[in-house]
Amino acid sequence: MNCRITRLHIYGWLLLMPAAIFLIAFTYYPTAATLVKSLFSQGTALKPSKFVGLENFGYLLDDEVFWKVAWNNVIYAAGTIPISIALALLMAIWVNGRLPMKSLARMSYFTPTILPMIAVANIWLFFYTPDIGLLDQVTREFGFASHNWLGDPDTVLGCIIVITIWKEAGFFMIFYLAALQTLPPELEEAAHLEGASRWYYFRRVMFPLLMPTTLFVLINAIINSFKLVDHLFILTKGGPDNASSLLLYYIYEVAFSFLDQAYASTLTVVLLTVLALIAVGQFFFLDKRVHYR
Amino acid sequence: MFSKLKRSAGKLAMALALCLGLTSTASAIELTMYYPVAVGGALTKIVDGLVADFMKQNPDIKVNAIYAGNYNDARIKALAALQSGEPAQTSVMFSIDIYELIEQGAIVSFDDVVKTAEDKAWLNSFYPALMENGKTQGKTWGIPFQRSTIVMYYNKDAFRAAGLDPENPPATWDEMVAAGKKLTKKSGGNVEQWGAMIPSTGYPYWMFGALAMQNDQTLMNGDGNVTYFDAPATVEALQYWKDLGETHGIMPSGTIEWGTLRQNFLEGKTAIMWHSTGNLTTVKDNAKFDFGVAMLPAKKRRGTPTGGGNFYIFKKSSAEEKAASLKLIKFLTQPEQTAEWSIKTGYLATGPAAYATDALKAYVKEFPPAAVARDQLEFATAELSTYQTGRVRKLLDDAIQATLTGSKSPAEALGDAQKQADKLLKKYR
Repeated sequence: MNCRITRLHIYGWLLLMPAAIFLIAFTYYPTAATLVKSLFSQGTALKPSKFVGLENFGYLLDDEVFWKVAWNNVIYAAGTIPISIALALLMAIWVNGRLPMKSLARMSYFTPTILPMIAVANIWLFFYTPDIGLLDQVTREFGFASHNWLGDPDTVLGCIIVITIWKEAGFFMIFYLAALQTLPPELEEAAHLEGASRWYYFRRVMFPLLMPTTLFVLINAIINSFKLVDHLFILTKGGPDNASSLLLYYIYEVAFSFLDQAYASTLTVVLLTVLALIAVGQFFFLDKRVHYR
Repeated sequence: MFSKLKRSAGKLAMALALCLGLTSTASAIELTMYYPVAVGGALTKIVDGLVADFMKQNPDIKVNAIYAGNYNDARIKALAALQSGEPAQTSVMFSIDIYELIEQGAIVSFDDVVKTAEDKAWLNSFYPALMENGKTQGKTWGIPFQRSTIVMYYNKDAFRAAGLDPENPPATWDEMVAAGKKLTKKSGGNVEQWGAMIPSTGYPYWMFGALAMQNDQTLMNGDGNVTYFDAPATVEALQYWKDLGETHGIMPSGTIEWGTLRQNFLEGKTAIMWHSTGNLTTVKDNAKFDFGVAMLPAKKRRGTPTGGGNFYIFKKSSAEEKAASLKLIKFLTQPEQTAEWSIKTGYLATGPAAYATDALKAYVKEFPPAAVARDQLEFATAELSTYQTGRVRKLLDDAIQATLTGSKSPAEALGDAQKQADKLLKKYR
């Protein structure tokens, strides 16, 4: 009997092993190593790395660039998440309806998603260029003066947000589209017979039924608002004067341009903590309010 | 299914054979060299060609030249290889990485590798300005290879249209402002053609190094542990840059994008641009108007920083490997090779002897702008490079951008940057 249970255990662990190895090697070990590294100083050939406790975190609190970058990231998240989700839902409902050339419309909404971010950034760089850029050429037709979109700290983050929304909305649309197609048509017919307006049907029937998708999309959108920084490399390199720099980009800069892996680890720990808190919040509070069939 | 298996077995056998083949020739010295390419084009082919020539002359040395992305990538890869115990023996890396590499204990100085009098003479065969970024602590750590300076490109047609002499580009700061005012064309509230553009994203500290030098002020000392960001002449230089946009109105205010500047120039949106010599060939191929290349204008003197990549030799290699690396570097920096490299890429030839070769002489005669960068070398200085160079560079970049976008005054921005740079560099003094 005992032997049988042991064998079952071994069997179970063996089944878990492939996934566990990958998770440990690429997720848990790096996380733990980052945490440990954040407590040590950056070593050089002359001065080996030594344990410094929370000194790196003290430096972080005094680091003006960190606070600016963190605040930028909050604006970036607040700007991209609601709009891209709303837009995705709108587009999904639109292309789910009876529409001539439906697949063409779906495809064109989805195209930004399949383009690599670096290529996208290169295209948008020329949209935003003062005078010769597309944006300036259009605004000039309406009599506006040319504007240095990426060179002005007041507009640069907005420009970055617009690109991200344009890029993400199509991706989220796919999820909404899939969810919409699983809604039974009887619901709409019944609502129609009862005399419910389209807005009432959307508000009381469709949107609640889409809630699981919305939660999924929301989580993705939040993660992306911390993760999506590829375009910064091409467009602004975080400038002017850090006006468009985001947390992950700053981490990259610290790790590979300043070669300070200790401080980069410290920043990473902060990023991980924020993401973990958000994830916990979503699963424990938001999840309860979502209706799963 | 079976045939698929057979095929993959065949591949495996082939791979094994290749491995064996490699090891059988490994009695010769094998060198690994990383090199970056910062400007696009077929540069990798040119390097491969030069390396193949070297191996033909030296059959006992095998060189693996590995293209490693941009300067940043090359440094990361070389340092990572070093840590993983499979180091490269020599690499081309950013000339300003020198302090970082010394601090990491990654490189040896050439003084410790050269032995003969001939080698020592070779160390002195380069333009002194190009050696500045490779020398510190009284030793030479980097040998110039792919090097550039900033030059002024100008649109001769626009000069003619504005009633300026196209053969007489502005030579001083004041002349540049005066010419810029004539060259700036407005229609209504919109500017159709700007007088001048100096890029302020990407490498602002590099452009600023030129302005500071023209005001007779370097940005750091030769030991890389003191910066002069808040010196009065430095502040004055930044004030001039800001004034170009704000007071004189000959340059757009805010920052100017490095990546799209060339396009602005080619489309006639600016009559003058400051840019790397590395753009020369592209501008030559794409300009639909008559253009000229000139040295940067002067305030108290002319000035530009140099830029680009140097050869380094890594510490973690045997004495034979170091000797072989030296041989390779000497070969690649010979006048004939340097001349060929310069003609094909637009980079500077690194020594006077290269400009004396027939090939380069003929090229300069046919295309005189190719010599402007060389003539300017006389006034050139080192590119900003210190200990903690990434951080210090960013402090200056941020200060410049904060000034140009109007959020701080030049004195305030540079004062802050200096204070923080002092904090970083204190421990190296």
